[in-house]
Amino acid sequence: MMPAQAAPIGLRKAPTGIAGFDEITNGGLPFGRTSLLIGSPGAGKTIFALETLVNAARDHGESGIFIAFEENSTQVIENAATFGWDLPALERDRLFFLNAKLPATVVNTGAFDLEGILAALTVKVAEMKCTRIVFDGIDVLLSLLNDPEAERREIFRLHGWMMDAGITGIITAKAEESDRQSVERYAFMQFMVDCIVVLQHRVADRVSLRGLRVVKYRGSSFEENEFPLIISRHGIDVSTFGAAEMDHDVSDERVPTGVAPLDTMLDGGYYRGSSVLVTGAPGTAKTTLAGSFVAASCERGERALYISFDEAADQIVRNLASVGLHLQAHRDAGLLHMRSMRTEVMSAEAHFIRLKALIAEIDPRCMVLDPISALAKTGGHIAAVHASLRILDYAKSRGITVFCTSLISNPDTLTESTETQISTIADTWIHVSYVPSGGERNRALTIVKSRGMKHSNQVREMVLTEHGVTLTDVYTAGGEVLMGTARFEKEAEVHAEGIRLDAVREQKRRELELAEAETAARIAVLQRELEARRAELAVVELEATEGRDRAGSTRDAVQLLRLGLLNPGGPDAGHAALTEE
Amino acid sequence: MSDSNALLRRGPGGHELLTLRLYVAGDGPNSCEARANLAAMLKGRSAEQYDLEEIDFLREPLRAMRDGVIVTPTLVKLAPRPVQRIIGTLRERLRVQALLGLDEPGNG
Repeated sequence: MMPAQAAPIGLRKAPTGIAGFDEITNGGLPFGRTSLLIGSPGAGKTIFALETLVNAARDHGESGIFIAFEENSTQVIENAATFGWDLPALERDRLFFLNAKLPATVVNTGAFDLEGILAALTVKVAEMKCTRIVFDGIDVLLSLLNDPEAERREIFRLHGWMMDAGITGIITAKAEESDRQSVERYAFMQFMVDCIVVLQHRVADRVSLRGLRVVKYRGSSFEENEFPLIISRHGIDVSTFGAAEMDHDVSDERVPTGVAPLDTMLDGGYYRGSSVLVTGAPGTAKTTLAGSFVAASCERGERALYISFDEAADQIVRNLASVGLHLQAHRDAGLLHMRSMRTEVMSAEAHFIRLKALIAEIDPRCMVLDPISALAKTGGHIAAVHASLRILDYAKSRGITVFCTSLISNPDTLTESTETQISTIADTWIHVSYVPSGGERNRALTIVKSRGMKHSNQVREMVLTEHGVTLTDVYTAGGEVLMGTARFEKEAEVHAEGIRLDAVREQKRRELELAEAETAARIAVLQRELEARRAELAVVELEATEGRDRAGSTRDAVQLLRLGLLNPGGPDAGHAALTEE
Repeated sequence: MSDSNALLRRGPGGHELLTLRLYVAGDGPNSCEARANLAAMLKGRSAEQYDLEEIDFLREPLRAMRDGVIVTPTLVKLAPRPVQRIIGTLRERLRVQALLGLDEPGNG
């Protein structure tokens, strides 16, 4: 894919303003060149071509001419009113409609050409300073020529005129692969024009599907795939897959699940902006988990959008109130927006477009699609998969944490997968199953995967109470997971065992305390004994010293006496003499 | 045909005069052929028997476009009623004569 800025110098693009198309073509139609728009009847050629003029006039103040060969121009203007385009106002200022539909009573008597009308258009283009032109349904006129050679000559003339005028032009023509004549016409045209866009209209599973494909774009890169096209209330919407490279901002922030034990299992919650898939059989409380998620979101003050397919919003609110989830208050506070959609009335693509508009309008931080598997009912499996993936992708690009539920019709949990293949792109996949045992059916929750985070590999029992959802630890006995009553019994057993162990522990503690006290007492006695011994020892030592001193002083006294310096006296006198030294 | 009611001349018997407009694009091949074919069909009729105006897109482009003419050549019979539009080179003379009420040459 070559980025738009790398387009050759001089190749200017004329934006169409049609959502998605300018993205596919890196900017729009070739500026000042001719583009061919071909397709089966009802594929949206006229609307597409007209919308390019309307957008250019409204958004860029460009003038345009619309030449209607197939439909009466008044009809075209009337039809456009359904898209909210104010054509009468634009027509006054910037748009000119030429009714070129020949009346049915016209008699054809030989060759004719477009030379005259092109001469007139030259004048009109100059007068209006017109930059855009559409020849809508040129095939209707050309087929009257009944001569392939004459047809080619007129196409050539038309193309030459557009080149001379330097005007951004669109020629639309019906072309069906089954029709040899149109194939030939198409083959000739495609050689001539700079850009070819093919529109498709088909019906799959009774649902109408439209597609757009760029098959040629001289001098420019473009996306070659077919893109779903929707004719919405606002006009044409081409839904692109978004950038081929995924470069969403990745967040480390965690979003609580609304179920505290589940937060623990997920090491804090879902990642902000990630997609979460919850699968399970009917009645496995997928909607309850979804409700917990949005309720938690609203409690944090974050706007949430809850899309339910084929189930009324009020019904969901009522049902969830029975498990302690009071969503109505959040709705009243304007934080929770709930929309119910009937899946079968629209194609998956139409749903995608509507959801996209809804997301843009409400700008939620958290979103629930319940169940996303309903989109598979909208006709065309591949379309449903693409639509689902694009919804998730779009939400991700806006940093919305998306919570999808999906019904798994096959109760065999070994083939845990989803009809819309969401499971492959979901960041976190939680599966809820029924585990029948001991005459009960209990809900078991497992985290099948959770990208980029520690998560519990344990199976937990999901319990619905009137205060909400909670998860309980499960017990395994003899390799079997215990749930429901069996778990309760096991819990009671464990509880009793705990009480017994506590008593044993208390007993032991008291014994030890006693022993400690005894030892301390014994230490005190011994301490006192020790002190007594020390005192005794001190006395003995003192006596020994006194004995030595007396002996010494006697010796000194004898010596002094011998020297005649001391009168014979008591030991005290001698001692006093010593201390005076 | 915004001006289809205008300027209609009455014929000598008070009936509507054959009123024709031929829209051409200069001297383009198709235009020349149509001009020649029409002239041949009208040959032998006096100028009082019909009213023919030639409108050249190249000279009066906006007028021709306002008249709702898309292709050249186009021959419009404004009178007698009904208004009839014929496109192409008028090569199929018999058919054109029938449409214009020129079935009996010189007798109109």
